[in-house]
Amino acid sequence: MTIAAFPLPGAGRLPVTPHRLLCRNCGADFPAQPSAICEACLGPLEPRYDPARVLPSRAQIAARAPTLWRYHEWLPFRGAARLSLDSGFTPLVEAPTLARALGVGRAWVKNDSVSHPTLSFKDRVVAVALNAAAGFGLETVACASTGNLANAVAAHAARAGLPAWIFIPFDLEPAKLTASVVYGARVVRVRGTYDDVNRLCSQVADHFGWGVVNVNLRSYYGEGSKTVAFEITEQLGWRFPTVVIAPMAGGSLVSKLAQGFCEFLQAGLVAGAPPRLYGAQAQGCAPIVELVQRGGGPLHPVVPNTIARSLAIGNPADGPLAAHAIKESGGDAVAVSDAELAEGIALLARSTGIFGETAGGVTTAAARELARLGRLTPEDEVVLCITGNGLKTPDAIPARLLETPVIAPKLAEVAALAAATVS
Amino acid sequence: MPVTLQLPNVLSRLADGKRTLSAEGDTLSAVLRDICGRFPELGRRLRDAHGELYPFVSIYLNDEDIRFRGGFDAAVKDGDVVTVVPAVAGG
Repeated sequence: MTIAAFPLPGAGRLPVTPHRLLCRNCGADFPAQPSAICEACLGPLEPRYDPARVLPSRAQIAARAPTLWRYHEWLPFRGAARLSLDSGFTPLVEAPTLARALGVGRAWVKNDSVSHPTLSFKDRVVAVALNAAAGFGLETVACASTGNLANAVAAHAARAGLPAWIFIPFDLEPAKLTASVVYGARVVRVRGTYDDVNRLCSQVADHFGWGVVNVNLRSYYGEGSKTVAFEITEQLGWRFPTVVIAPMAGGSLVSKLAQGFCEFLQAGLVAGAPPRLYGAQAQGCAPIVELVQRGGGPLHPVVPNTIARSLAIGNPADGPLAAHAIKESGGDAVAVSDAELAEGIALLARSTGIFGETAGGVTTAAARELARLGRLTPEDEVVLCITGNGLKTPDAIPARLLETPVIAPKLAEVAALAAATVS
Repeated sequence: MPVTLQLPNVLSRLADGKRTLSAEGDTLSAVLRDICGRFPELGRRLRDAHGELYPFVSIYLNDEDIRFRGGFDAAVKDGDVVTVVPAVAGG
């Protein structure tokens, strides 16, 4: 069935979802605005919706288009959402072979590696942020990115006809650079790490007044991540899994997963205990794992050193929120080596047919490590969040997989290979 | 030549609308004391009641996070640039 077969309310424009912005740190209250920082304490602002708004039933949601906007009552925008109405609702793929490998009852992959249009979960956050930018009348959008966000902002802005400035570390993977410049965005490579790029973009947002999706539009951007939790719940038949494992970079996804599960619980759309959340990082950049294992206190930033570039954020803004969400859920956090994440990519591919990027390798390797530690049980129903596509980081797969035979076009040579394989 | 302090817009309101301030001091703590003497409300936004960095704020000395430079005890010299940056989401 095509998306066009589902009616979108308002002929392509979704109704307004009234909201204000509240500080997660001190609770101060602000009107909707393109600012993500509390004037009182500099804490992060996030939308709070009118508690009296009418919420849809399961049946009403199920009748809507298969996009993230089927949950628009839980998404903020000023004016009516009209851009990027076709992102989200990626497949939830059952993975019995992976379940056996992990020793759990059942396993699924939430497969954002096929997200439309840029093959990562960043399509979700950008879809929400661009509608916010349009609602506030911001005429240029921008981002600081480790790659996937760059691709998403460039593509969504091109469709919307908005100029886009993309700031990335100078040494980003070539595939991610290619998949940004092709859309006509102004891509700027910054000599430094992602954290340096972030700092620059904070000043850019202040100076130019652009809609920098993960700076001054961060309050809106982050809400898009909740839709992963909404979709998992609906796609499992309106129930929770027992475990969700997700990669952590800035930490937003894990904290928004917790929030999304909680919001559906509060809405009465689902019952039971929300899942235990497990966060995964690479050992070369694991400040949130360290914070979780330390049990609290200030986050200690690190200088990243890992091939998992999409997770290489040494000073994760939402790290404390992610650590809190993990602990509240009864979960934990683990870090894996670069060699383990490469094997994780291979395990995911051969057990599910899904080629995830380095972050997917981290998530899969973390699942294996959690299983080894006895943290996953045969009763568990586990969802792995695979957030990006392996074709963006092809160099990360184990080198041994590329050791392939070269032969003459002769049947005898194939027969020799087949005999060697059998033996 | 004094040290330059760069502020985000959200904090400039506490410094008579200025996004750039000059300050004196041989450590970051001394620089912030100088700022706090002139703009007490701004000072309270830069360090918490225990004198620590707020969880959602980063301060850079030139291009380096002060947490890699000994925190507020970091030595500064004339011409250095101190930048206050609110936390930014991942990307």
